[in-house]
Formats: sequence, structure tokens, C-alpha cells
Amino acid sequence: MTAAALKATVLAAAALAVAMPVVAQVEQSRPVIVASKPFGESYLLAEIFAQLLEARGYSVDRRPGLGATEIAFSALRGGTIDVYPEYTGTGLLAILGQSPMSDPQAVYAKVSREFRDRWGVRWLPPLGFQNTYAIAVRRETATRLSLATLSDLARVGSSLRAGLTPDFIGRADGLPGLSRAYGLKFRSVQALLPAIKYQALAAGKVDVIDGYSTDGLIAKYDLVVLRDDRGFFPPYEAAALVGSDLARRQPGAVAALTELSGLLSEDAMRTLNRRVEVDGQGTAAVASSALAGIGLVGSKPGSAVVESPRSEGIFGYLWERRANLLRLTGRHLLLVGVSLGAAILVAVPLGLGLERTRKGAEPVIRAVGVIQTLPGIALLAFMIPLLGIGVVPALVALFLYSLYPILRNTYTGVRDAAPDAVGAASALGMTPGQVLGYVRLPLAAPVIMAGIRTSAVINVGTATLAAFIGAGGLGDPIAAGLALSDTRMILSGALPAALLALAVDAVLAACERIVTA
Amino acid sequence: MPGEITLRGIELSKRYGSVTALDGVSLEVRRAECAALIGESGSGKTTLLRCFNRMTDPDSGRVLVDGVDPAGVDPIALRRRVGYVPQDGGLLPHWSVGRNAALVPWLRGMPDGNERGERALQLVGLDPAEFAARKPRELSGGQRQRVAVARALAADPDVILLDEPFGALDAITRADLQETFVRLRGELRFTALLVTHDLHEAMHLADRIVVMRQGRIEQTGTPAELRESPATAYVRHLLQRARITA
Repeated sequence: MTAAALKATVLAAAALAVAMPVVAQVEQSRPVIVASKPFGESYLLAEIFAQLLEARGYSVDRRPGLGATEIAFSALRGGTIDVYPEYTGTGLLAILGQSPMSDPQAVYAKVSREFRDRWGVRWLPPLGFQNTYAIAVRRETATRLSLATLSDLARVGSSLRAGLTPDFIGRADGLPGLSRAYGLKFRSVQALLPAIKYQALAAGKVDVIDGYSTDGLIAKYDLVVLRDDRGFFPPYEAAALVGSDLARRQPGAVAALTELSGLLSEDAMRTLNRRVEVDGQGTAAVASSALAGIGLVGSKPGSAVVESPRSEGIFGYLWERRANLLRLTGRHLLLVGVSLGAAILVAVPLGLGLERTRKGAEPVIRAVGVIQTLPGIALLAFMIPLLGIGVVPALVALFLYSLYPILRNTYTGVRDAAPDAVGAASALGMTPGQVLGYVRLPLAAPVIMAGIRTSAVINVGTATLAAFIGAGGLGDPIAAGLALSDTRMILSGALPAALLALAVDAVLAACERIVTA
Repeated sequence: MPGEITLRGIELSKRYGSVTALDGVSLEVRRAECAALIGESGSGKTTLLRCFNRMTDPDSGRVLVDGVDPAGVDPIALRRRVGYVPQDGGLLPHWSVGRNAALVPWLRGMPDGNERGERALQLVGLDPAEFAARKPRELSGGQRQRVAVARALAADPDVILLDEPFGALDAITRADLQETFVRLRGELRFTALLVTHDLHEAMHLADRIVVMRQGRIEQTGTPAELRESPATAYVRHLLQRARITA
């Protein structure tokens, strides 16, 4: 074997070695797939659903923290998840796109009928509480400006800075509708993630935020919730939203979930949320005691997850969760390895091909570059109608993200590799294939490897977003930590991800030394 | 067999878009002769040279190498039989000097490729024991150009094409390489076609000089013929500018 062929083999083997383990993933006889959206109450309700189903003898697959309403609902409609907690008002406005109604029963009747007729999706009877949007200000602001209602806020809005979740800024029953209903204008609007909006408000960085009426943090920070005096926000009754497949497959599971109807009051929910968001208890433990409290599942002493106080250091926290973190890191590595390997196998030959034709190369490369400009979460969201949720759409999205740096560097590296040596080599009788294999590729190898390393580091970072479409990986604790305002949990995903990026880069640097030696 | 024609171009024309590089040029180079193509940039001298290893194919006209029209043969096979020295050396920067020198024997599958490369290095005055293992970047410009000449010679070609081979070197190094070239031609008796823009170099190295201008040949003759009876005002101007005639 020639030296060049050996080097090519080393490259290919490196790509394949990372790619292998994915093939082993096979779907087993399907458990009930319980999902949630990425905020604390949704996590908690999903965990309550899951534990109830398990207590009734069903096996459960948990997919918490799916991106947002659009992602969770398309996954349910497409049958990749079976159930997640949703709110009737969100169904009416954000999913059906209809105008607000104020009567809770009318809203529930409307969404039940429409969802069943359009998609075969079922709203189970409401759980017993509403969680509507709560526009909140600091007590000091409310006192100083005599604010009690949203009409009061509209009066002085132009002097206040709003920090709102991206979801709220975008949806019809959020800022756009609210502004129209009250003639409300803020001095500035800043997009804030749920995890930081309360701290931002408490620290005086913004003056107004959107919360949920059952948020435990409203009490913790002593905030004033402004009354919706014009009845703009529709009723947001919480209920389990069940996909069409589950009722056919396991009607008993649907019946088990129905047991929860009417059992969770708004007070009870606020208390439960507070335990998760403020006291830092785990969702599993809180869900288990909630089910015991309403008498659906006997309490199981010792079954609750051991809680660690939030004061514990980050390293102790990480060490306690090492088995889980190792599993998440493995999944993360699999996402990165397979998508990057596939991107190398596609982008390097494509770059070489484009270099041969030259014509049309720039438009093609720029088109691939456009993918790079899409926000990661948007690209992942585009994948859902095509590929559902889970590992496959995440791999496709990460693959697309990895193409551009490799393609650009391959093309440029090979095109600009020592033109005088290339000219002399062909004038002395090397075939185009020999020129490529013995001259262009070896000389371009450092540039190509630089492209691969760039892609790899971007990929490790972007793969944390895969958690939002249920693909797992180190994004799981990041998404959950953001939803539960738990900094340690965020770090428990972010720190390993950063270390992984460094490690992957170091491994590729070692490969580069072998290839270009 | 002096007098036998090794390289022949008949009525060669070549256009690049609206630019005429060759405008019906005919040329003959005899065995073991060195012919120099001289002219300004854009005169067509490099295009003409490249017709003989089919790095350029003329739009019209015929090329004969050793009496055979290479248009009918595989250009790759032709290039492996014809030596070539570019101006910038064109060594493969990631290959050792020894491997560079043995390139053409290796491409032709000669079993003694390495020995041929080493012999060629010796011919150009580089000791293989000292230089073969080095990378081109560890050599001086003149040494690199010697390796380029060795690479062109290693497979014992009958014909060598040189495209301004010494143009980028300083005057002293250039003179050294020119002496080496004269000596090699005496020893190996190859046929050479040399492109240069330096009339002194052409006079010194070539048996015959072909003056080109705007894709045509102004005059062909020995150095003495050129010096004594320039055929056109342009040739006379060239000679005067080079201070060869008053």
C-alpha cells in the first residue's frame, strides 16, 4: 500500500470508528412516550404522567424538554411521541390560530372538537388548574407607578423595559395581541430565556416580564402580577394531549392518564412548582409525592431520588451524576461522530469534484453556506415534519451544519495548493488522478483538516440543541437546567460539552499529524 | 545522426479568446541541437514550447516529436518521454529531493528509478548522500533549480523542454547553472528547446535562436547570423537593447 493510500485509509477509518455504534440502535416494542415542553411545570406534569403510567404497569419512555409548542405538537401529530401536557389556550391560539375566547368550557369544547377532527389528537379532561400568562413587575415599580392592571401598565409602558421569552414575543396570544388589546408599547423589548428572566427582573435589568401564573418564582421574588382587566389572555387550562396512536394501541394508558382529571388545583400546582424551581428538589421526587398526595399512587419511601441541596459544589454535583453524564456524553459523541463522519464523506469528495469543474463551484458552496446561517434550533425545527423527532433528524441537521467548513476548505485548499508543483507534475506525465492523490490532496491536507476541526467543534456545540428535539446528549441537562432555573444542572451539560469539544479537537489534531506527516 | 529533425511544428495557430498566441508558426529543431525561443511576454514562446508536450494543443497545424504526431498518442505517455524544466522549479514541496529527482522513472515504472534519480543528481552537481533526503525548502534557489534539471534528465529523455529555467536566479547562480547546462548537453547529447527572454543566455546556450513577436517568428538563425544580419528592425532593436551590436 502506498503512503497516500495509507493516509486515506487512516482518515476513513477514523471517521468510521466514530460512526459504528449508531447502527445498533433498534426500536423495541414501543413504550408510552411521554414528552414535555422546556419549562419547569411542563417537566413536572410529564413526570407525573410518566410515574402514574408506570404505577399502572406501562413502560414509559421520557422525552422531556422538546423545543417549544411547534416542536412538541408536530412530534405528537406525527406519532413520534404519545402524550405531553398542553394548555387549552395555547391550543386555540398558537396551534389552531384562532381568536381568543374567554369561557374556559367553550375553549375546551372547541379545541377538543377541532383537534379530534383535524388530527385525531385528544384533549383529556383538564387537570384542574389554569396557568395563564402573568405579566409581572417588581413591587417597588408597582408602588411607584401605581400599577395594578394591564391598563395601568399601558399608561406608562413607554418608560419601561420589557424582558420577554422568545415564545411570548412571537405568538399571537403573546406580545402582538397584548399590544393591540391594550395599546401597550414598551421602551424596549429584550428576548430573555425563562431561566434568567426572574433574575433579570429582580436585578433591575428589565422592568416587566412575562411569567406563568403558577410559577413558584413569583412569590420568591415578591413580584406583583398585573390583572388582565380586559380579559385578553384566554383560559389556559392544563390537560394531557394524547396522540391518535396511543388510544388505538393502549387504551388502558389513556384511561390511566384520565385519572388525573380535576385533581391538581392551582394552589397545589404553585406549591409543586415552587419545590422544583425555588427549593431545588428533583422533578421525580416532587412528582412522586404529588401523586401520593392526591392518592393515585401509594407513597414509596426510598423510591424518591436522593436530593442534593443547591449549595453543594459543582464538582460534587457532577461526580454524583457521573454515570448519567457518561451516558449522555456517549450519546453526544455518537451524534457528533456520525454526523461529522457523514459530512466528511460527502463534503471532501464534493469539494474535490467542484475543484475539477470550477464552474458553478462558488454558487454551490455558497448555497451550502446558507445552511450555516440558519439558527440551529430553526434547522432542527424544519426537520420535524420530515423526520419526526429523536436521533435521526438531529443527525441530519448536524450533518448539514458540518458540511460548509469542510467543503469550503477542501475546495480552496486543493485549488490553491502549490500551483507551480501541480503544473510541473502534470507536465512531467502525472495523470490527473496522480496529481490529485500525490500532490493536491497531500498539500491541501492541513487546510482540509482545519475545516474538519472547525466543523467538529461547531458540531459539539450545536449538538447540545439536539435535546430540544428529543435526541438526548449533553443538551438534556442544559435544556432541563434552563427550564428549571438550575445553574448547576446547566453546567453539568455545558462543562462536559466544552471538555468534549477540546477532546475532539485534540484527537483530530493527532489525526492531522498522522495524515500530514 | 545530426541533421535529423527531432521537433517539428507546422503552421501552428492558437487563440485564447481574442488574443492570438500563435499565428501560423513553423519550427524545426534537429537532433542534439539546442534551440532558444526568445521574445517578450505575450510573444507566444511559452505557448509554442507547450505544444511539444501537449500541455497546449494548437487550434490548427501539426506537431511532430521524433517524426510522430503526438496528437495521436496519449499525452501522458508523451510527457513521460519529454523532459521539462519550469522557471520556478515546480518541485513537489512535500517530497524529498531524491524522490523528486526520481519522479519520471517512477511514473514510467522503471525498476532502477531511485538509482536513476541519484545519478541525475550527481550529473547536476548535487551529492545524493548529502541532498537526497532533504526537502526542497531546505535548499537554495539555485540548488532547487538543479534538482528540477535532474528531474528532467533522470529518465534519459531524447528531448528536454525548458521554460525560462534560470530566469528567477541571481546573476552568479544563473551563470553557474548555464555552465552546468552546457556541460550536460555535451555529455548527454539531448535535444533542447529553451524559452528565454534573455538574449545573452540564448546566444550562450543555443545553436539556433528563434525570435518571436506577437505570435509570429521574426527571424531564425545561429547566434552569428543574428548578430551579423538581423532580418528586421525589431531584431536589430533587440540586439541593440541587449548591447550586443551597436
